[in-house]
Amino acid sequence: MVIRALRDEGVKYIYGYPGGALLHVYDAIFQQDDVQHILVRHEQAATHMADAYARATGKAGVALVTSGPGATNAVTGIATAYMDSIPMVVITGQVMSFLIGEDAFQETDMIGISRPIVKHSFSVQHPEEIPATIKKAFHIAQTGRPGPVVVDIPKDMTTPTERYEYEYPKSVKLRSYNPVNRGHSGQIKKAVDLLLSARRPVIYSGGGIIMGDAHEELTELAQALNYPVTNTLMGLGGYPGMDRQFIGMLGMHGSYEANMAMHHSDVILAVGARFDDRVTNAVDKFCPTSKIIHVDIDPASISKTVSVDIPIVGPAKEVLKEMIQLVKSAKEQPDAEANKLWWEQIDEWRARHGGRYRTDDSELMKPQQVIETLCDVTNGDAFVCSDVGQHQMFAAQYYKFNKPKRWINSGGLGTMGFGLPAAMGVKLNFPDADVACVTGEGSIQMNIQELSTCSQYDMPVKILCLNNQSLGMVRQWQDMNYESRHSQSYMRSLPDFVKLVESYGHVGMKVDKFSDLEAAMKEAFALKDRLVFMDIAVDPFEHVYPMQVPRGSMRDMWLTKTERT
Amino acid sequence: MRHIISVLMENEPGALSRVVGLFSQRNFNIESLNVAPTEDSTLSRLTVTTIGDDRVVEQITKQLNKLIDVVKVVDLTEGDHIERELMMIKLKANSGSAREEIKRTADIFRGQIIDATPNIFTVQLIGSSDKLDAFITALTGTTVLEVVRSGVSGISRGEKVLSL
Ligand SMILES: Cc1ncc(C[n+]2csc(CCOP(=O)(O)OP(=O)(O)O)c2C)c(N)n1
Ligand SMILES: [Mg+2]
Repeated sequence: MVIRALRDEGVKYIYGYPGGALLHVYDAIFQQDDVQHILVRHEQAATHMADAYARATGKAGVALVTSGPGATNAVTGIATAYMDSIPMVVITGQVMSFLIGEDAFQETDMIGISRPIVKHSFSVQHPEEIPATIKKAFHIAQTGRPGPVVVDIPKDMTTPTERYEYEYPKSVKLRSYNPVNRGHSGQIKKAVDLLLSARRPVIYSGGGIIMGDAHEELTELAQALNYPVTNTLMGLGGYPGMDRQFIGMLGMHGSYEANMAMHHSDVILAVGARFDDRVTNAVDKFCPTSKIIHVDIDPASISKTVSVDIPIVGPAKEVLKEMIQLVKSAKEQPDAEANKLWWEQIDEWRARHGGRYRTDDSELMKPQQVIETLCDVTNGDAFVCSDVGQHQMFAAQYYKFNKPKRWINSGGLGTMGFGLPAAMGVKLNFPDADVACVTGEGSIQMNIQELSTCSQYDMPVKILCLNNQSLGMVRQWQDMNYESRHSQSYMRSLPDFVKLVESYGHVGMKVDKFSDLEAAMKEAFALKDRLVFMDIAVDPFEHVYPMQVPRGSMRDMWLTKTERT
Repeated sequence: MRHIISVLMENEPGALSRVVGLFSQRNFNIESLNVAPTEDSTLSRLTVTTIGDDRVVEQITKQLNKLIDVVKVVDLTEGDHIERELMMIKLKANSGSAREEIKRTADIFRGQIIDATPNIFTVQLIGSSDKLDAFITALTGTTVLEVVRSGVSGISRGEKVLSL
């Protein structure tokens, strides 16, 4: 019934790992071809694959893991999806229902363990409930503010000899769950009036634009007004990265111009973003002169950290549509003179920190150069699946995402080990697309076993390992705050990655000189049906800049190792 | 400020733990909590008293509303309301004077002695939490052996009804 329900939900791939509690389900998988199962090498990877599928398509991915250790191995992946509001359905096996509570073999209270990191969870009490429960799980995961849903199924709920009536519901209605489908018109009107009166406006948009499929509306509104747009780490691709009105990412490692523009703005339109601490820096010093309009699907996100002036609860797409209508029909248009001055100011900021990184202070290749080359080689069109660390920030800063759902990273939880399984999940579902995994020698080793899954299912992703021989992001903080005491941030005994990947049957390349990089990368992407691992030696001393000064305002930044605003 | 938040939720396994878990997960405080089924057997009603500024309480109600099992949430302290709490208190009553004092104080507070032995009186008292506190304070000369309180229940005054 589980597999049949997944088939009826239209699921093509599930990612999982078998075990005792799931043997009935795995037997059902064996006997059909509609739902294909991808056998990972660690359950965490199954959840990241499902998660990345969701990030790339907007539809919930499905992971299947057994009880006990299978379920606990999935916890990091569930939390990763939860923090970034990613729709996902995780089916966990459970011990026989009559054994629950007896500390049976491989029993863990998965509903309890996952409670704070799921949108909702279900524990199946009777086999007949399975189809409706799975339908509900997808419904909840994919609507409103999306999120992961756990369905815990005791083994005796899937006994094949016990047969029950099966019907997959066409729709679901839950009396206590009715996500809003449009914003309050009065509030939207007020917001547009404020927007039109702005002299120093900024549009600050986040992951809600991506998951809410609102990038077209965002672009249209921003261009109708000629207002600057900054994206959060999760929102990259929500506005074309190469467009003049795009002023870069904001926040801790945001661009100089984005953070300056935010700080000096008079009106901020925040859409599908949540004023996360990595964006705002010290809340009490946040944008002192700005009036804030906040559009979000989740009422609880509004005024959670920063108080806003005009809250609008609703889906970004619908709200932005209404705003565009009002802007187009408005008699008063924004003050052209003020707009011109504002752009002059922004362009001045842009020019000031234009170069952003220096190549002359060492012979070594800069990680930023690697990302720029990747962007060139793939025309800004690849799926870039990142791990966590400095390389992630460089990728976010230097890859120009022109399309949404192409930048796949763990923003909220910052899960090292996310990158490779994420790239696999994307590649499997977009076999013709260029899929790059940008990683570090630290992160890649957190799920490196998945190279084996890649050989089994032919997933020719391109892995760019920015090898700085250290846990760079940790080291950077140690340089800046702990007088360069590099406690445990240096990775001795790295493997020979080229040999390692070759042993899995993949192609390995080692690149030490920038002059070799572009050719090597082109070659890697030209090998369409091979997984290529590029071990790229980059400057181990490089830092990510700008970097906001702790407890400062948005404009308080380190711009280089020696220069501060 | 102290707030009394009433929650109507699905009467299902796991629902209560989600509500309680939310408070600890988000660092909200719980002063008292009670929960029981309602006239509609598919729903239970939970009342929680909490102390926090407006911003925190707004977050609490919003976060509660987000839980799928939660059907409705009201902050009773936003309007006119009635709050009651039940207390049963076991007191040492082994001398004439102690017995007299307990009886007198219980009368003043409209409490009832619901159990008695030669050495002990058990008093039942219903009222606002303040009143229950005041009763305990008033019994200066008496030894308190055990206190059990139900936690606050509340209902709004007048026409307002919390239901589906
Ligand atoms: C699972 C996990 N453990 C620890 C951390 C803390 N952390 C953040 S970045 C980082 C270093 C990452 O090193 P590497 O992958 O080599 O990337 P680099 O910063 O060197 O580019 C660490 C340890 C984390 N984000 N995730
Ligand atoms: Mg590193």
